[in-house]
Amino acid sequence: MYQYDKFDQALVDARVDEFRDQVKRRLAGEITEDQFKPLRLMNGLYLQLHAYMLRVAIPYGTMDSKQMRMLAQIARKYDRDYGHFTTRQNIQYNWIKLEECPDLLADLASVEMHAIQTSGNCIRNISSDQYAGAAADEVADPRPWAELLRQWSSFHPEFSYLPRKFKIAVIASEEDRAAMRLHDIGIELVKRDGVLGGRVFVGGGMGRTPMIAPEINPFVRAEDLLSYIEACLRVYNRYGRRDNVYKARIKILVHEMGADEYRRQVTEEFAHVKTLGIDPPMAEFDRISAFFAPPAFEAVNDEVDRSDPDFAVWLDQNVKAHKQPGYAIVNIALKPIGGIPGDATSAQIDVMADLAEKYSFDELRVTHAQNIVLPHVAKRDLHTVWAALNAVELANANLDLISDIIACPGMDYCSLANARSIPVAQKIALRFADAERQRDIGELKLKISGCINACGHHHAGHIGILGVDKKGVENYQLTFGGSGAEDVSIGKIIGPGFDEDGVVDAVEKAVEKYRAIREGDERFLDTYRRVGVEPFKEAIYG
Amino acid sequence: MGDPVVSLADFLAGSNATAVRIEPGEDIRAVLPHLDQLTLIEVTFPKFRDGRGYSSARIVREAGYTEKLRAVGDVLVDQIAFMTRCGFDDFAPDEALNQADVDAALTRFEFVYQTAADNAVPVWKLRHG
Amino acid sequence: MKLLTGNDLPSGDVLWWTGAGWSRAIGEAADVGDGGEAIAASEESARRVNAPYVIDAIDGLPAHIKDRIRAAGPTVRRDLGVNPTVKIAKA
Repeated sequence: MYQYDKFDQALVDARVDEFRDQVKRRLAGEITEDQFKPLRLMNGLYLQLHAYMLRVAIPYGTMDSKQMRMLAQIARKYDRDYGHFTTRQNIQYNWIKLEECPDLLADLASVEMHAIQTSGNCIRNISSDQYAGAAADEVADPRPWAELLRQWSSFHPEFSYLPRKFKIAVIASEEDRAAMRLHDIGIELVKRDGVLGGRVFVGGGMGRTPMIAPEINPFVRAEDLLSYIEACLRVYNRYGRRDNVYKARIKILVHEMGADEYRRQVTEEFAHVKTLGIDPPMAEFDRISAFFAPPAFEAVNDEVDRSDPDFAVWLDQNVKAHKQPGYAIVNIALKPIGGIPGDATSAQIDVMADLAEKYSFDELRVTHAQNIVLPHVAKRDLHTVWAALNAVELANANLDLISDIIACPGMDYCSLANARSIPVAQKIALRFADAERQRDIGELKLKISGCINACGHHHAGHIGILGVDKKGVENYQLTFGGSGAEDVSIGKIIGPGFDEDGVVDAVEKAVEKYRAIREGDERFLDTYRRVGVEPFKEAIYG
Repeated sequence: MGDPVVSLADFLAGSNATAVRIEPGEDIRAVLPHLDQLTLIEVTFPKFRDGRGYSSARIVREAGYTEKLRAVGDVLVDQIAFMTRCGFDDFAPDEALNQADVDAALTRFEFVYQTAADNAVPVWKLRHG
Repeated sequence: MKLLTGNDLPSGDVLWWTGAGWSRAIGEAADVGDGGEAIAASEESARRVNAPYVIDAIDGLPAHIKDRIRAAGPTVRRDLGVNPTVKIAKA
């Protein structure tokens, strides 16, 4: 994975120094909260319902064991012994003190990490496929492109006060594991005549106006990437709406202007920007790519002993095919039945770091489904890894099943939320606690947001749940038919909302209806797409 | 004091002014045919969160404008390094800035990641000579 | 009745106006009547509180569930709350 050189380190260190100065000026009253807010946000520091919350960037979700251990140490030293992995492949701490934040950021910088641009109206952490470098179906490792974009977007002088936040995803497989087309810019690496390029989609997103990004350019070469993306951003910075915060995302601009007109303006801007020398030489691209060379895989036995039945269940559910024979991708579902989706204690984080160091070439990934991946585990080590995970309650064999729920922090933590998300996730997971029933239901992506901002990706859930405030009472709307994968779609509200227990009942009725009418190996989503909403409405509303 | 600064509309209406003021919603590309006439361009920031002026500055610098480019309005010390990178070389903040803070802000970052409208050399160029 | 709440600037802790100062215990919160905005402005400018706001309350407890959760701590981690006796559900 990528390692900082003296330039990267100096930039991150300078940022810590800058923020230390800004915090000092805020505590001394030299700047107001209004002036300080965008500065702290650009360092990932929010003021939430109970305390300050810090969001730490995990670039394209990739970390080594040293960085993972630092996340555990921060949980112990500065927080309350746990962290929350997010749908943006980041981690959040819920109880950070402003006065301690500069020291925390200095600790992060000591392991080449930061919280830069994890909030604010700027280009956020670049997200990617959690199986990058391990997936059998990728045309290339997308992370060198993501790292190139990370550097270009960090401290970008023109694009730090955009109309609204800006999220970019890079993937390199036809199977989309990163909800690529639900980003402001999504890039899918493709090969054309043996040359690698990026298919560029612009104007997707969730939030209160969910949209699927249209393709704006079918093929942008690596040597043009930064100029092209700069042109995309400049058109947005100049013409994106600033009169209404709810209409300020680029999806609204592309939608109102039309994809064709947006494409025309970007093409025109690109012709100009390309003359400015913004793109680094291919030597820089090659330098970055070298950090992502495959690890030193050995020729190891491809067989796995399945005689331990609990292990075999986990193997079938959470372990995925690797491109290297003898190796596998291990998914650690941070979704214990009845637990808090995405939360991990410092002890659990340390265990995952140890396992990565010993068994996964020192690499970990964070997924947008709030899980952790050990990307390169030799099959002979799978049972050992499983046993170690099991000992700290991390061997939940429910990846992509109904209890592998994405949930935003909701009103338990978030000042924007209108309803709690976590208790709903807990009740649904408990309702479907029977492991055999879950497996019989099969892949079912259930996603819960506690407000219309959709941090819990409910629009992309096969079943989505949106919490709303109905005259001071929490109320939950159900949506069906969303997908964040390559068959991307936006879920539709099925009818009137429910209270907390009512929505759990409704989900169960819908799932049982699906089991009754599914054909062949249809997933819930497939059945819904085949039969439409009516049979489900009938089952739920009677 | 120099010549009076006129609005973009007045400037385009045939003014002989040598100084023009660009508001956030205005298209600075309209002045590009007249750059030879100008010795001052003011770009306004009514609210510091409105970042359109950063693009305006870069566009006019990229077109070859070398005279004074002034950021006017809600200009704060924490944005001044970005403004400088986008080509501003003069500042008229609503509230006076502390010069020591400005100096610290402008010298804090020794390196930059990207090419912009200033003379800073991006790190990729330093890495590859 | 109305209560005034905010966060401690350096630590971020949730604070309640007691009539004479700030407390982390909602049991010490005082009715601010119509004077909350004025207290908020002067206390914020003195940096004794950050981001203060006035809320409606009934019998000393916030009227809106979000503010009751704010007083109690996360309902899914009652072990972390500073006012563990606060009831989330409406009385």
